[in-house]
Amino acid sequence: MRFIDPHIHMSARTTDDYERMAAAGIVALIEPAFWLGQPRTQVGSYIDYLSSLVGWERFRAAQFGIHHYCTIGLNSKEANNEALAEQVLEVLPRYLVKEGVVAVGEIGYDDQTPVEDKYYRAQLALAKEFDMLVQVHTPHRDKKSGTIRSMEVAVEMGVKPEHVVIDHNNEETVKDVLDRGFWAAFTIYPNTKMGNERMVEVARKYGSNRIFIDSSADWGVSDPLAVPKTARLMLDRGIAAKDVEAICYGNALKAFGQSGQMREEHWLNPAPIDQRMLFEGNSVLRGQTPRVGEPAIVERTDSVVFK
Amino acid sequence: MTPELLLKQWLESRLPADAQTWLADAAAKLRNGSDTELYRSISLVTRKIGKADLAPTTAELKQAGVAREGWNPSDWSLDQAARIYLLLMSGTDGATFLRRLDQLCNTADVGELVAFYRGLPLYPDQSRYVLRAAEGIRTNMKAVFEAVAHRNPYPAEQLSEPAWNQMVLKTLFIGSTLHPIVDLDRRANPVLARMLCDYAHERWAAGRPISPELWRCVGPHATGDMLRDLGRVLEKGTAPERNAAALALASSPDPAATGLLWAYPELSIAVSENKVSWQTLAGSA
Repeated sequence: MRFIDPHIHMSARTTDDYERMAAAGIVALIEPAFWLGQPRTQVGSYIDYLSSLVGWERFRAAQFGIHHYCTIGLNSKEANNEALAEQVLEVLPRYLVKEGVVAVGEIGYDDQTPVEDKYYRAQLALAKEFDMLVQVHTPHRDKKSGTIRSMEVAVEMGVKPEHVVIDHNNEETVKDVLDRGFWAAFTIYPNTKMGNERMVEVARKYGSNRIFIDSSADWGVSDPLAVPKTARLMLDRGIAAKDVEAICYGNALKAFGQSGQMREEHWLNPAPIDQRMLFEGNSVLRGQTPRVGEPAIVERTDSVVFK
Repeated sequence: MTPELLLKQWLESRLPADAQTWLADAAAKLRNGSDTELYRSISLVTRKIGKADLAPTTAELKQAGVAREGWNPSDWSLDQAARIYLLLMSGTDGATFLRRLDQLCNTADVGELVAFYRGLPLYPDQSRYVLRAAEGIRTNMKAVFEAVAHRNPYPAEQLSEPAWNQMVLKTLFIGSTLHPIVDLDRRANPVLARMLCDYAHERWAAGRPISPELWRCVGPHATGDMLRDLGRVLEKGTAPERNAAALALASSPDPAATGLLWAYPELSIAVSENKVSWQTLAGSA
């Protein structure tokens, strides 16, 4: 089985994670622009971060045979620093239409302050202007009303529900999200948000239409294998394989594939070795063992969830 | 014909109508246009133009060499051609061009970086981009490094000897190949030869293989200890390495090199009859 992790912060992870993810069958991931665990104080550090999402991190992922896409935005926490937020808003358009940027994200509410609301709306307007999808981070606190508010504001700003992924759902929010025609993503965290046992029950209850899961793994306690591990558990608990496939792969692709920037052929029929683009294409010239086109996926029996 | 006109022609003959219209509009807006306009158009290129190969014909490659000596777009793609075309069409003085190029590189994705570095030989006021080229050589991304180092006349024309030597050494160090470096032989120098031999010793000590191409820049300056190194390769090397050592010895002005080579008549003959060359070695190593 193939997997997509449509929300994971690889900049905070190690090559060991990349190896384990590839060995477990993850073929593609989306890295949303987020904060760094502490607030940035300068627009310069934002610029370097966003550049690393479209540059170095994509290159690094590809070395492990994983296709890296990203979303670009000003996160809700840092939106509260208004002076910084203004400057970040100015540089965002320089990144939004870069190759492999699948949405504006992750944006939305944290404390649901007026400033957060201002920049959430400003970025929804950018999404409209650039004809882009939106990936919404829903707040940890006062979640249900924050989630509903995120959707109402998106609609008010003229963004279509089918162009918006509402992330970090739980049992309390999923019905509203689906009823309103948005995509519902669930973050599987080891201890908080959705545990994978709970996710099995959600799948049983709501089926596999417009629902998908992600790990949101970052610099905190989190699991970059959350998607394949949850898939394993779903299958073991009797969820039909086609539903598991939709929740752990197909739906994320359908949702973010609307951007035109993420296509199954990228990993099913990878372009021939292209020296102009990413990495180790030296075999053409020197007859060395080619590591690209077919990147060596390291055997990791300690973490292989699916053979 | 100027490079920007050539790029325009090549793109027009390959792009579908809607992409042509977009490119023409974007280019028209750039004359005296804002920075923002330029940055947005350049990033939009892959979405509007795609990434197919440019695949220039022999005649087009010839035109390129006439428009700008040493310009070799043989392995460019359409997006790269379009990005550099737009940059050139923004038509500003060298100082503004450099400022914009630096800004573009600071927020570039991998594909954009490769395009911007490939464009180096076409930018106005050539000596301004030495630091930019050095930054490209400093990268950890091989494709970006090769955009500067390979099929690009800029380094040989503009880099100082220390910077040039670092570039050549790094090419081997990252497992890339030397033969696409423009003017590799012309810029060979004794310091580089010494650096390469030191590197070979490091690799031998670590029990690691050495690219036979390494000896290409050693040969013309090989004397004394360097000849001993080449003798060691003749004696113990793999077949491609021995061919490389023979080629290197043949390019050395030191009479001792000739003597050393004659001790291996079959290699000596292969070299004198042009049965081995750096080109074929680069392919077979």
